Amino acid sequence: MRLSILRRIGYMVLIPILAVFSALLLGAIVMWIFGDDPLAAYRGLWTGAFGSPRAWSTTIRKMTPLILTGLSVAVAFKAGLFNIGASGQFLIGSVCSVAVGVNFEGLPAFVHLPLALLAGVAGGVLWGFIPGALKVFTGAHEVIVTIMLNYVASLFAAWTVYAGGTQGQTPGPLWDRTAGAISRTPEVFMSARLPWIVPEPYRIHWGVAIALLVALIMWWILFKTTLGFSTRTVGANSKAARYAGINVRWITILTMMIAGGLAGLAGAIETLGLNHRFAPEFTGGVGFQGITVALLGQTNPIGVVLAAFLLGALEAGAARMQFDSGVAADIIQVIQALVLAFVAAPLIIRQIYRIRKPSDQVETTVFSTGWGR
Amino acid sequence: MQRTLRVTSYIAIALVIFFVVMAFLVNLTPLGENTWLRVFFSVSALNFTLRASVPLILGALCGILCERTGIINIGIEGMMLAGAFAAFVAKTSTNHWPLMPSLLFGVAIALLVGGLMGLLHAIFSIRYRMDQIISGTVLIILAGGVSAYLFDRNAVAQGKFGAIAIPGLSQIPVLGEVLFTNPPLTYTALILVVVIHIGLFYTRWGLRSRACGEHPRAADTVGVNVNRFRYMNTVLGGMLAGLAGGFLVLEAVGQFQEGMTAGRGFISLAAMIFGNWMPFGAMGAALLFGYTQALQNELLLAGVTTVPRQFVSMIPYVVTIVAVSGFVGRVRPPAAEGKVYETEGESE
Repeated sequence: MRLSILRRIGYMVLIPILAVFSALLLGAIVMWIFGDDPLAAYRGLWTGAFGSPRAWSTTIRKMTPLILTGLSVAVAFKAGLFNIGASGQFLIGSVCSVAVGVNFEGLPAFVHLPLALLAGVAGGVLWGFIPGALKVFTGAHEVIVTIMLNYVASLFAAWTVYAGGTQGQTPGPLWDRTAGAISRTPEVFMSARLPWIVPEPYRIHWGVAIALLVALIMWWILFKTTLGFSTRTVGANSKAARYAGINVRWITILTMMIAGGLAGLAGAIETLGLNHRFAPEFTGGVGFQGITVALLGQTNPIGVVLAAFLLGALEAGAARMQFDSGVAADIIQVIQALVLAFVAAPLIIRQIYRIRKPSDQVETTVFSTGWGR
Repeated sequence: MQRTLRVTSYIAIALVIFFVVMAFLVNLTPLGENTWLRVFFSVSALNFTLRASVPLILGALCGILCERTGIINIGIEGMMLAGAFAAFVAKTSTNHWPLMPSLLFGVAIALLVGGLMGLLHAIFSIRYRMDQIISGTVLIILAGGVSAYLFDRNAVAQGKFGAIAIPGLSQIPVLGEVLFTNPPLTYTALILVVVIHIGLFYTRWGLRSRACGEHPRAADTVGVNVNRFRYMNTVLGGMLAGLAGGFLVLEAVGQFQEGMTAGRGFISLAAMIFGNWMPFGAMGAALLFGYTQALQNELLLAGVTTVPRQFVSMIPYVVTIVAVSGFVGRVRPPAAEGKVYETEGESE
């Protein structure tokens, strides 16, 4: 019994490791085919991610939002839902937290900061509630609705900081009046900023601690509470869950709200901790990467933290890689897609490396059951 | 079911007649002096509608081919982007050729790369039993990454498809300008709607394809090779999505930009659902979405509104959400969609 649990954990760790290894290998082959030097590229990547204290701090900084968007996608996965909307929720979270952060001058920090963070979470919750409720009440598939909401969110976010148009269009409510024609918000007040753990030039803020704490809390909720059990049951078999008396509709809406809130928190933390303002060039790209993080972390909150660390390192090293070796940083996106492909299809990895599946079934994510209810 | 379908098609026909009448009135009579009416019914708005609809029509046809045989395809966006990038690379590397062969070469490469993306999706979801929605996501990220990595930002594609006036028909006032003076890929897309409708509902291939999507076990029992049909149709679908990408580069824009598909693949999916997995229904839905994009464009050009442009640009996406939420309950997807098919006795 003990042994089989160990083997199961071993299997759950082995597949992601081999997936990452294979993706890096295949990425190297791609670079080699197109005339780039993969060794130089990976050396630059390593230096940029772990080569110095500065590099480590970049990795940690890049990891922070990925933990939360990864959790957002992972939690939805647990309930059998696919949240492609983390990037929209992230943007709405950023905008809401900025809205609080640039107003209410003179509030003490212990009120202002939590209020700004909560505003971000609330924005994300709302942005998750819409697809959840539409799925439950109209049957609209969350994949399409969340994708469309991503576009709506990015346009909405762009409007809030809009400098106004030539045909008499009014500027957005959060626009920085001192910025002239530039579309951006003013900087948030000091009282709404997350303080540094390690100040300049390392710029590590308390957001990373919040993200790690939230990951622990999510682990506890998912595996140690009735709510978590219900959520996982709905994801495993929603019919059985209904027979067992679980309110599937409520769990669906609630899960999407939690997922949205997590991504919204990511946006709030990124804004209040690092950027200190919002401008249209801040995209919700980390929301999309959350999908890879969630699957690489086997939808387990602890796994998500490890996966976010890895992807954060890839992101952190990308700039240095391009600088040192001249390989376009976009190759990182190719590698991430390959990682996603390999973790999502363990069969490929098992065939390449001839690994036997443990006898007791490891749970796999399956949720493409068509567009209907 | 039948009743709702009939009612829907009556509404569609009524809408089309209304639009044709209004288009004639606005473009040929003094009514055209009203700016708002021009925004809604001018020739340029209708032309823009058709141009915006073509990639959506092709994408929706791609979705129909895949999903009618039981493969969910949310990777249309990625297939389209790959097709667009391939067309761009093919066009720029043959700039020194005469224009027509070079453009046709671009189309061929877009079809090829789109088909390969379809093959990849099929291999992932059939051979390796990857969740089909995740496989689609992989295609999207992969296409975005590879096209950004290989994109030569200095390359310029020279020339694009021009309009071909169909002799005779193009002389009809208003309609001739809108429908019969278009570049070749637009005609191709419209013809493909008819071809795929006939193919799906009046040929042996279509019957077998649909059987694979509705009841693969029954299809297998009477000797249809389910997975072969799924492979074949996913590749064909990928080619259509690739063509949509080729349209963007070779006919609409003339250049490639990173992420230029801008959600068209996803809107195609919505058009497919909205159109009840039927080619003509999907075309109707695609035209509707295309019209919202045209409105967005005309509103901004005419300068009749002081609403910030971001809200105007939201229209197509919001309409998509409304359409998907209002109609999903009333349409019926293929029954066996998204499920891996294994012949009896076969397992890992």
